[in-house]
Amino acid sequence: MDYQEKKSIVNILSTVIVLGIYYWTVFQRFDAEVMNTEAQLQFWAKAILIAIPISIGTKIVTIILFVIGNFIVSREKHPTFEDERDKLIELKATRNSYIIFGMGFLSALIVLAFGYPPKYMFIAFILAGISSEIFDNLSRLYYHRKGV
Amino acid sequence: MQKHGIENNIRKLRFEQDEMTQQQLAESVKVTRQTIVAIEKGKYSPSLELAFKIAQVFNRPLEEVFTYNPK
Repeated sequence: MDYQEKKSIVNILSTVIVLGIYYWTVFQRFDAEVMNTEAQLQFWAKAILIAIPISIGTKIVTIILFVIGNFIVSREKHPTFEDERDKLIELKATRNSYIIFGMGFLSALIVLAFGYPPKYMFIAFILAGISSEIFDNLSRLYYHRKGV
Repeated sequence: MQKHGIENNIRKLRFEQDEMTQQQLAESVKVTRQTIVAIEKGKYSPSLELAFKIAQVFNRPLEEVFTYNPK
């Protein structure tokens, strides 16, 4: 398994673990409180806004830990540059993740259009965000392994 | 497996160049070793620019390094 493949797997695991724990606590808090629609909207907007720096921080910490851990285990250094194949893989992975996020966004609107409470719309947004992140890394893994 | 119908003789040419390593070839054309591995296995078709650079390293015309065999 090469460096980029390992990095994608580590990114998927860290996204699932950190965002999974974060949103689990958010849902616990949401279920514990009684709120009107306006307060619900504010609650979910805050929850998603807080998730953004958490997600960025997780990525940074994961990369640092991965680079150090991987160097200790395999003596493999972090690549200092990206070549044309890396850029092409990144472009295709980003395209795939946008498609997944777009579908999630559409699902959120459909949920709202069918008259479900705003909670479900935000759940769809959150799932779209997490799945697009996972799909991005899965795509990288796939293209590195199977070719691009 | 050649994914794009483009075949190459890089492995053979490396051998003829005193067993040039994939890393050495990668450094000569400024790509990662993984890209050379992918090209050799036919999992990645290089850009025209990279293909010319590889041919230049072996001092061969492009068509001696890469051949196109549509299926």
